[in-house]
Amino acid sequence: MIVLDNVDKYYGDYHALVGITERVEKNEVLVVCGPSGSGKSTLIRTLNRLEDIDGGHIAIDGRDIHAKGFDVNALRAGIGFVFQQFNLFPHLTALENCMLAPVQLKRASKADAREQAMLLLDQVGLAHKADAYPDALSGGQQQRVAIARALAMRPSIMLFDEPTSALDPEMVGEVLQVMRTLAKQGMTMVCVTHEMGFARDVADRIWFMAEGKILEKGAPGDFFANPQHPRAIQFLADRNRN
Amino acid sequence: MALFDPTILQSGEYHDWLVQGLILSIQLTVISFAFALPFGALVAVMRTSTSRLLRAVGTTLVESIRNVPLLAHLLFWYFAFPELLPEGLREILYANNPEMVCAVIALTLYSGVHMAEDIRSGIRAVPATQLEAARSLGLGRAAAVRLVLLPQALRASVPPLLSQTVNLWKDTSVATVIGAAEMMYQAARVETASFRSLEAFTFATLAYLTVSLLISAVAYLFQRRYPVRAAA
Amino acid sequence: MLELIDTYWLYFLVGQYPDGPLGGLVLTILLSGAALVLAMPLGLMLGIARVSRRRAVSLPVGAFVQLVRAVPLLLVLFWVYFFLPAVTGVKTSQAATMLIVLVVFDSVYLAEIVAAGIRALPKGQLESARSLGLGYGQALRHVVLPQTLRHGLPSIVNQLVSTIKATSLGYIIGLSEVSFIATQINTLVFTRSVEVYLILALTYFLLCFGLSRLAFLLERRLQRRPVAVH
Repeated sequence: MIVLDNVDKYYGDYHALVGITERVEKNEVLVVCGPSGSGKSTLIRTLNRLEDIDGGHIAIDGRDIHAKGFDVNALRAGIGFVFQQFNLFPHLTALENCMLAPVQLKRASKADAREQAMLLLDQVGLAHKADAYPDALSGGQQQRVAIARALAMRPSIMLFDEPTSALDPEMVGEVLQVMRTLAKQGMTMVCVTHEMGFARDVADRIWFMAEGKILEKGAPGDFFANPQHPRAIQFLADRNRN
Repeated sequence: MALFDPTILQSGEYHDWLVQGLILSIQLTVISFAFALPFGALVAVMRTSTSRLLRAVGTTLVESIRNVPLLAHLLFWYFAFPELLPEGLREILYANNPEMVCAVIALTLYSGVHMAEDIRSGIRAVPATQLEAARSLGLGRAAAVRLVLLPQALRASVPPLLSQTVNLWKDTSVATVIGAAEMMYQAARVETASFRSLEAFTFATLAYLTVSLLISAVAYLFQRRYPVRAAA
Repeated sequence: MLELIDTYWLYFLVGQYPDGPLGGLVLTILLSGAALVLAMPLGLMLGIARVSRRRAVSLPVGAFVQLVRAVPLLLVLFWVYFFLPAVTGVKTSQAATMLIVLVVFDSVYLAEIVAAGIRALPKGQLESARSLGLGYGQALRHVVLPQTLRHGLPSIVNQLVSTIKATSLGYIIGLSEVSFIATQINTLVFTRSVEVYLILALTYFLLCFGLSRLAFLLERRLQRRPVAVH
């Protein structure tokens, strides 16, 4: 579904992504982990072109997303992105946040968008907060609304950029629960996260990144029990100690 | 009559008028600035003082001057203020270029309170911990303010102060209302005498633009050379 | 002072209306309000252009803004009032001239307010809007600008205060705004200059200080309900 072919990215002289060549299959749940500065966020942001690349190709559903004349907005409409900082629109209620894109992009009538949004808010456990503004919601609640908002566009892929890193510990669980449910429903997901428990339980595959390269990949069982690359071993050891 | 006759700008009677106007505009700016800055600094210190009375006086000055347009200030100082003076002083005023004197008073006060606000925001930009640190070393309050607070406050204040200087330069144009023979007055005079509005106004425009952009360039260079280094 | 007010209050308020064009305090307020309202759409467009990533758009607009801010308003007033009729053959009234010039200046200053507001908005807002598939224009309309304008409201009110003060310059081209009327009254009465001009100053003070306080309260309210929450 997602094919990365020799993807390179530079920030000035800094080589942020080094020749990444990988695939993500449909219905797969992929977790990307690694130390900070490893390029995980950069990588995931290239998938919906929030960041552009300097070399190589990215194809989604067989189409090169950097092709001339490619409709970026259509690409993004088909991919849901969940940010570390939630980024809910503060001047709109939770419901309105979820309705905005479907209505404006003519994917649904206002009535249908409202119905769909209520359904999704219910699925993330926040139907009772539909008319609340973001500043009245806790971090965990805001992130769940953000997930519902992304789902309202009926994407085929969901990208998560450290979705729980900005949350107080007691709210991490409620967000991970929503993500687990999504995974069980068969959504294709790429998650950048530090939550190793989630990775162990839900991921189909794990990529370990450092310094712009994918140094190790494999099934969670293998990765956690038997890491191969010295950096991965170091990383897991640090995690366990903390 | 040619469309644009630059010769009148280069020599002759109209040229002289315009140049005199330019010189007067510059004089007004420089003199008013010389008074406005210390006045502004004083008011800024009053507004940040620990004394409630001083703060109230400072705030009253700022708000009462700032909320009245410069033109109204000029009208007051030129038409109303002399009435308040005793006979003798009034005669002295009228004998000594009252237009300039009243213009300088109005511009000083008006510009001064805006500068006071800029300096005040500069003072507030310095974290309170700086003064605490200075006092902890044993410096008295006056010394702490002089050696630690003001240098940092002034550095932060320079960009808005330079911006205010540009405003002052532009504001001198309003002095024409009380008959000060600055550049706008002279430009209008040339227009009335010769109908050469294009040349006269072009001169004035170029003059204002040049000085404004010069001052802005200085502000930019200052910010490049002395960036505000926030206390870590 | 009271008989002064008693005799001339109506003249001070509306000028020669209805026996002549509208003047006085009412003219000052109407002109300022109209100028700001008319300048809003223009200021919005210029502000958006200012932050555009396309240099071909942002640079000329930036130059225009710098130009307008470098010359006195009075000079532009003279240009429009004295020079324009010579070129177009159309002589605009003092009020119309004042309005045109105020709209130009207000739109430039409003553009700066809008541009600053857009730059101050957290990057994540635009990113999340684009991530949903919204185009740049849609993201501006539904996400960026509503927040920018809400944040910029105190500055916009302050711009109204500046505009009210700027109308006083109409005096110089003979516009019957409130300062001009005050001077007319002064000429009629002659011996009470101090009172006349104190009343003028007080009038401006009440109007402008009142609006500034409104702006201040708006700013306080906005800070209590932080708009972009992290």
